Amino acid sequence: MSRISERFASGKLLIPYIMGGWPDMATSAAVFRAFIKVGCPVIEIGIPYSDPVADGPTIQRASERALDKGVNTDQVLNMIAGVAAETDVSPVLMVYYNLIYRYGIKRFAQAARRAGVEGLIVPDLTVEESHDWRSAAEDYDIDTIFLASPTSSEERLAKIGGLAKGFVYAVSLTGVTGARAALPEYLKEFIARVKSNTELPVAVGFGISQPEQAAEVARSADGVIIGSAIIDLIERTPTERLTRTINEFGAGFLSAMRQP
Amino acid sequence: MSKGGLPGHFGDFGGQYVPETLMTPLEELEAAYELAKNDPGFQAELDYYLVNYVGRPTPLYHAQNLSRHFGGAQIWLKREDLCHTGAHKINNTIGQALLAKRMGKTRIIAETGAGQHGVATATASALFGLDCHIYMGEEDIARQSLNVFKMKLLGAEIIPVTSGSKTLKDAMNEALRDWVTNVKNTFYIIGSVAGPHPYPTIVRDFQLVIGKEAKEQIHAARERDPDTVIACVGGGSNSIGIFYPWLRTAVKLYGVEAAGLGLETDQHGAALAKGSKGILHGSLQYLLQDDFGQVQPAHSISAGLDYPGVGPEHSYFKDEGLVEYVSATDDEALAAFNLLSRTEGIQPALESSHALAYLVQAAPRLSAERIIIVNLSGRGDKDMNVIADRLGVGL
Repeated sequence: MSRISERFASGKLLIPYIMGGWPDMATSAAVFRAFIKVGCPVIEIGIPYSDPVADGPTIQRASERALDKGVNTDQVLNMIAGVAAETDVSPVLMVYYNLIYRYGIKRFAQAARRAGVEGLIVPDLTVEESHDWRSAAEDYDIDTIFLASPTSSEERLAKIGGLAKGFVYAVSLTGVTGARAALPEYLKEFIARVKSNTELPVAVGFGISQPEQAAEVARSADGVIIGSAIIDLIERTPTERLTRTINEFGAGFLSAMRQP
Repeated sequence: MSKGGLPGHFGDFGGQYVPETLMTPLEELEAAYELAKNDPGFQAELDYYLVNYVGRPTPLYHAQNLSRHFGGAQIWLKREDLCHTGAHKINNTIGQALLAKRMGKTRIIAETGAGQHGVATATASALFGLDCHIYMGEEDIARQSLNVFKMKLLGAEIIPVTSGSKTLKDAMNEALRDWVTNVKNTFYIIGSVAGPHPYPTIVRDFQLVIGKEAKEQIHAARERDPDTVIACVGGGSNSIGIFYPWLRTAVKLYGVEAAGLGLETDQHGAALAKGSKGILHGSLQYLLQDDFGQVQPAHSISAGLDYPGVGPEHSYFKDEGLVEYVSATDDEALAAFNLLSRTEGIQPALESSHALAYLVQAAPRLSAERIIIVNLSGRGDKDMNVIADRLGVGL
């Protein structure tokens, strides 16, 4: 079992998503540290990309602004390396496949591992196209976390559940990332379908922005991924209050998710 | 190879690099297309509309004045500009709209750059009673206001795209996001030989009619193949349509990319000449990108060629040496536009003007008994504002 999978043994996980280099590199590192401290051992770091088709307006905007500032893959990996060296955490990259392909598949895996990255979520890499990446990832001991969707057939869920490492990322809805007022009705049943097709923990992301929603999801899933809501939070919080606000935000979600 | 029997890859290129949510709809599309392709009823219905609605076959016109101007080969123009709505795009939208109907989809989405694919999609949607939504970059909306107005009059909703470069690339991102969200009732009509498998194959198949007719027509007129075929390449749908019958033959095939302000600048759309392998809009292809894989904005005076990628099958043709890819600048395209207007009384689209621009190289070096076919993929009406602007004329 990988270190990422083992992390789920300690209880339901809140997996925060941070855009690397947004609003600037130092702030993204500070948010990274704050979430580790509040009790999130698995954290997703995004690398900004010019064409993020799986993302809604909130993450698109953060991505565009980071790129405008010249943020690149190496800078984000450096930031992760800095934080990972000083504390116990399992960083997971969320990265579009072209950034990996252009960097060089093997070279990317090597650089990610050297930075302390333990897992990768590639939102536009289907199991069908994943062979080259998986073999590089295995060489460098990186978990490939595949996404499962409500539209995935049983056959596809079985393939995804079998090939994934670390955990399976269940996409809660058909759509892009971003906060939603309500979760889809079929979610519980969908999570059960994903779980029946894998031995791995299942974390649910897309659309979750409230502690109550996270609590509901955590009743059937092993982890909850929050992205756009964190970007919104960072956007409206003055820098000097950021660490405290992240503490409250993280603690609020964790206590809601871990209620008996 | 994917399980439906259609090739999902062209060499290294193509494939399905999409969010998992789209995999099941893509599998359904492939299965539905396979059935339709082998159903004589579907083919008959498509043919009916191509003949009676689109106006096919389009003429293959011997441009004698233009031939005389260059004093070399005989130049023939495949008149896709005479298609209903003014470009070859409708060959594909009629096909895909019929497919959407067969699949029981009621909502159509599409991306558009120059607006030609948007107009062709809005037209097919009006014809078949489908609810139509067109994504278009803000910058393209400004330079193609006539087509925007047309689409609205056809009953389509235009959704301005403000992200990224605000052009075709970002319109396609936004359409993909819409599709991920509304997969149940929505059919995405992609306008070029781009996107994830099976789109590059489907769009190509619907455009093969161009080459099939051109071959029959030149054989009827001159009892032989042409020596050279020239077409412009943005995503690459008109060129693939006309090239196909002559791939792996002695006929020289030239695909003309947009050199914009020049290939030596970073203001062009020449993904094959200057790009590197990468993934955009679901497939592996040649792509304008930086060292880290960030996609770079393209530039061309013609909105339809203003695209940083190129169809995966063209990428394969380039690597295999099956087609020679060349380029024409904004200025060369404008000169070709003027030349065809004055010599033949035909006003080509700025996209097609890039193909015509290559005649300067190709025509004079061939003798008078040689034959060049240029695919005149669209008419220039939509470009009058852009051209007037360049000439400093207020309309």
